[in-house]
Amino acid sequence: MINNPVKPITLSPWRSRLILSVLLLGFIVLMARAAFLQGMHHNFLQEKGESRYSRVVEMNADRGMITDRNGHVLAISSPIASVYADPQLVEITSEQLKKLSILLEMPSEEISERLNRKNSRFVYLKRQLVPDLAEKAIHLKIPGIYISYESKRYYPEKEFAAHILGFTDINDEGQEGVERGWQDVLDGELGSRKVIKDNKGRIIEDIERIRMPKEGRDLILSIDRRIQYRAHNELAHAVQINKAKAGSIIVLDAQTGEILALSNLPTYNPNNRSTISNEKIRNRALIDTFEPGSTLKPFTVAIAMELGRINANTLMQTAPGTMQVGGRTIRDVSNKGTINVAQVIQQSSNVGTAKIALSLKPQTMWEMFNRSGFGMSTNSGFPGEVNGRLRPYNTWKPIEQATMSYGHGISTSLMQLARAYTIFTADGELKPISLLKQDMSVMGHRVISPKTAKAMSAMLEMATKPGGTAPLAQINGYRVAGKTGTAHKLIDGQYAKKHYISTFVGYAPASNPRLIVAVMIDEPSAGQYFGGAVAAPVFSKVMANALHILNIPPDAPANNVVNFTAIPEIDEEG
Amino acid sequence: MGVMTLFKLNLFFLLLLIVSALGVVAAQHNARKLFIALENERQIERKLDIEWGRLQIEQSTLIRHGRIEGIARERLNMTVPSTSAIQIVTIDTVPSGLDSRSKRD
Repeated sequence: MINNPVKPITLSPWRSRLILSVLLLGFIVLMARAAFLQGMHHNFLQEKGESRYSRVVEMNADRGMITDRNGHVLAISSPIASVYADPQLVEITSEQLKKLSILLEMPSEEISERLNRKNSRFVYLKRQLVPDLAEKAIHLKIPGIYISYESKRYYPEKEFAAHILGFTDINDEGQEGVERGWQDVLDGELGSRKVIKDNKGRIIEDIERIRMPKEGRDLILSIDRRIQYRAHNELAHAVQINKAKAGSIIVLDAQTGEILALSNLPTYNPNNRSTISNEKIRNRALIDTFEPGSTLKPFTVAIAMELGRINANTLMQTAPGTMQVGGRTIRDVSNKGTINVAQVIQQSSNVGTAKIALSLKPQTMWEMFNRSGFGMSTNSGFPGEVNGRLRPYNTWKPIEQATMSYGHGISTSLMQLARAYTIFTADGELKPISLLKQDMSVMGHRVISPKTAKAMSAMLEMATKPGGTAPLAQINGYRVAGKTGTAHKLIDGQYAKKHYISTFVGYAPASNPRLIVAVMIDEPSAGQYFGGAVAAPVFSKVMANALHILNIPPDAPANNVVNFTAIPEIDEEG
Repeated sequence: MGVMTLFKLNLFFLLLLIVSALGVVAAQHNARKLFIALENERQIERKLDIEWGRLQIEQSTLIRHGRIEGIARERLNMTVPSTSAIQIVTIDTVPSGLDSRSKRD
């Protein structure tokens, strides 16, 4: 018999119950905790968890591109990179330092000096780098060295289109010109999104879009860069040889009112901020006004013709070359005797124009100027465009009415003047100005009848012929029409004796006008100052080149046309 | 229904559950792989975009009117012909168009 040496221990049943209940309680607590974490604390924990692997990344959006009418780039944004460091985190070996100094083309002493600024947490090593290069530097995998991207705006045409395009500041906000006027269109807004990254830093999942990026839209201007180049070049040449203070030139499409070229001097290079000054960024063609002088005469004559008061052959007595109005004297350059209206325009007689003006009611003249767009902004969209000044007719005195007829006592921008001439090129309609390429023909409003427009055009053509004021405006092979203007400059409300503004506004081919060119030279001081001598040659060169570029057939060919008759093409559809 | 059949059914659903859970994991993995590929392509797109922008700048610098004119005049000794040296050829279709000045005969 086996005798159990151990005396069986009898345990009281409460002990096992206690153990059981303690274990059970433990499970209940765990369950409750789990329920609490899963149920009530869920959002907080999810967030915490996500923050371990989710990141907010930027979504790029570039500023829109600006191109000319043929799609050539005038302004484009391109990313550049900067390499920066957090000196407190940097650990660099001498070999890495050497490689970095070669990549960044910086002496290694300079790099280590920057990296040793231990009390700062941010230092640029090099800015404005080609992205490839900066990425190579990052691939050296030096802790504490990072890369950031920003975009830089490039203007391939440099100073040749500076005043049209303007420029942007470091925050990519347009400051001048198209960049400012069309900021809303061009502007791209960065977006951001939340993503999950894996341990290798690759993005593996999109969680949410925080902000959608807005890509900047591209802008197609009405500018033709070839004409723009020539216009700027010839203007620069003229300003230089005439020792002028400033100058502006505008080339318009005579039928649609599109701006094909616009340039001012002095100018600046938008790629190089250090060349920018207030004086240079002035878009004079739009924000400066001047008294247009004789270039306004055709409008006075046109309204008188429109009303049937005169025609091209009406004789005017301009002898003795002066005329008294209200105690003041109106003068011609010389005594022209009895001439007809066409000759008044051709020879630019102030006396003749004043006589025509005084036969009209002030209100009639005011309406003519007003309908031709004087005293009103051209709404080109450029920032800071001026209205010019056309005083209300009920304040006009007779002498003022007389001087206004030949462009004194009224002020206008070169753009307004150029636009006003569309009434002679577009059969009497004033065309709206556009800086954006127009796909459809635009409606203007009628100012004079087509018949008057044609008659005026014939007179303006005479001005560029021998005996006119602007024979230098002629272009071989084309019929040209236009008007010179030479005005004393207003300085502090007084007409300055020796300071002039020389202008020429003209168009070609006269038989079917395609282009208007307006030139303004401010204070020519090399001897010559008449519009016909200073501004007309610029017109001629720019116009000749533009007609050539646009392949516009000559309307006054000089025996050099070879004609051959082709058999009509058979229309396949018909 | 016997206990045995109920057990078998449960087992079947358990297996189904496991298979489908594995399927979810596989699909998730696959989705992430594809997403990485997509992100890669996006980066390449961005790179090409940048490259395109650079080429645009380069092109427009190269075709600047001034540069071409300079090369034509100085390096190639070209000049703009005088008007008298230009022959204008007009093509007249029959019947002649609106262009009255090209009507000769």
